[in-house]
Amino acid sequence: MSVLLAQPLAAGHPGFLSPSGVEIVFVLVGIVTLGAALVTVATRQLVHAALWLVVALGGIAVEYLLLTAEFIAWVQVLIYVGSVVVLILFGLMLTKAPIGRSPDADSGNRWIALAVSLAAATTLVTVVVDAFRSTWINVQEPTGPGSGSSEVTGTALFRHWVLPFEVLSVLLLAALVGAIVLSKRNKAGER
Amino acid sequence: MDALDVTVRILAVLVAFLLLPLLVGQTEHKVMAHMQGRVGPMYAGGFHGWAQLVADGVKFAQKEDIVPDGADRRVFQLAPALALIPYLLVLVAIPVAPGGGVAQALDAGIFFVLAVMGVGILGSLMGGWASANKFSLLGGLRTAAQLMAYELPMLLAAASVAMAAGTLSLPGILGVWEWWWLPWQLVGAVVFFTAGLAELQRPPFDAPIADSEIIFGAYTEYTGLRFALFLLAEYAGIVVLSALTAVLFLGGWHGPAADGLGWLWMLLKTGLLAFGVIWLRVSYPRLREDQIQRLAWTALVPLALFQIALTGVVKVVM
Repeated sequence: MSVLLAQPLAAGHPGFLSPSGVEIVFVLVGIVTLGAALVTVATRQLVHAALWLVVALGGIAVEYLLLTAEFIAWVQVLIYVGSVVVLILFGLMLTKAPIGRSPDADSGNRWIALAVSLAAATTLVTVVVDAFRSTWINVQEPTGPGSGSSEVTGTALFRHWVLPFEVLSVLLLAALVGAIVLSKRNKAGER
Repeated sequence: MDALDVTVRILAVLVAFLLLPLLVGQTEHKVMAHMQGRVGPMYAGGFHGWAQLVADGVKFAQKEDIVPDGADRRVFQLAPALALIPYLLVLVAIPVAPGGGVAQALDAGIFFVLAVMGVGILGSLMGGWASANKFSLLGGLRTAAQLMAYELPMLLAAASVAMAAGTLSLPGILGVWEWWWLPWQLVGAVVFFTAGLAELQRPPFDAPIADSEIIFGAYTEYTGLRFALFLLAEYAGIVVLSALTAVLFLGGWHGPAADGLGWLWMLLKTGLLAFGVIWLRVSYPRLREDQIQRLAWTALVPLALFQIALTGVVKVVM
């Protein structure tokens, strides 16, 4: 979401009053993505929520594409639509998600959740807008700095951002080990 | 690229998409028939009963389109389209001939094809859940479990080729391909093809649609055209997997007189691999669900990691 809101401001820097076709498409896809995301959390039908999540994640992938970040876009589809959503659907099938409305698909925490998500969105939008205020991506010839080709992304990731990258992989490893430990302990408890 | 060029390319992809899966389907019927000595319909149209395919298509179109009472209508009806369309999109990025013989050269082609192929699985999952049928649900569960197990080795094997070539673009990989990559990437090729078979739920990995256990898995409740779309998605999947394996591991259009006959070599390699897929169906027994999982995690993933290590070592030493 934050990327969506930041883009018209950032890309509009050279000519804000005459938006190009890409910028208009960007905003339209962003609206669809936002709508799908809202339906995802608002619907009472569990599996429909997972399927609307596909639309929202796919919309974000399209936004990446429009920002010339082809590599990031396909990785987004591969990881989130292809694996995370499949995992969610797997879980929903295992727990026999009913067809139709789930009466208990509601939470007393929703107002707190709304406040948290609003706070997170505000923070992200502020940070992203502030960081990329003067960055200009040339969508016609995405070759220079600021474009998102695999080469540029790879260079940035492994030259300037290696440390955060490695920290993230350690975090994921810790999560993996934690998951295994938790599942082992449950089994021992049952016996 | 002018408008005419774009139109011709899109038309070529569309024709390939409509023609090749049917060709593979017909070949499967005939190859299986002759391998098992059960020849089936041989008279329609004359030569080996080729027109039976047309008759089957007409039959599918005539059948009543039934949606079960308890089903989730919209998800149920949307599922076949979601299973089929990704394979059409994948064909756009597969190079068939040297020098611009690809509908659209993509910078991150490998990731594009693997990502979009993974989306097609959602169709089976949606069908499996929305049918309101226990067999369908079991089929959907098995599909999901299988996809999660085999996505990783497939990605790793493809990553090995990308490492070897130093590029993620499919035409770029073919541009630097040499014959000695065949033995170098052999392990990766086997892993990729096997994982691809499992992702397509083709025998011996067809536990998700095992007809003797769970009727037809996620597709149990489908009839008529929607069922035909699922079948077509399976054959389109065979075409895409064979073409991708040919491009990544067998050198695609490389061969004698590649400049003029490149497309022929590509078609030949794809066809041979597709024949292998069919051959496996008539010659291998179905793996059990636990055997499928064990093969992925204890054989394919380590083999794929070994291939990546090998690729890295050779790449650095050379």
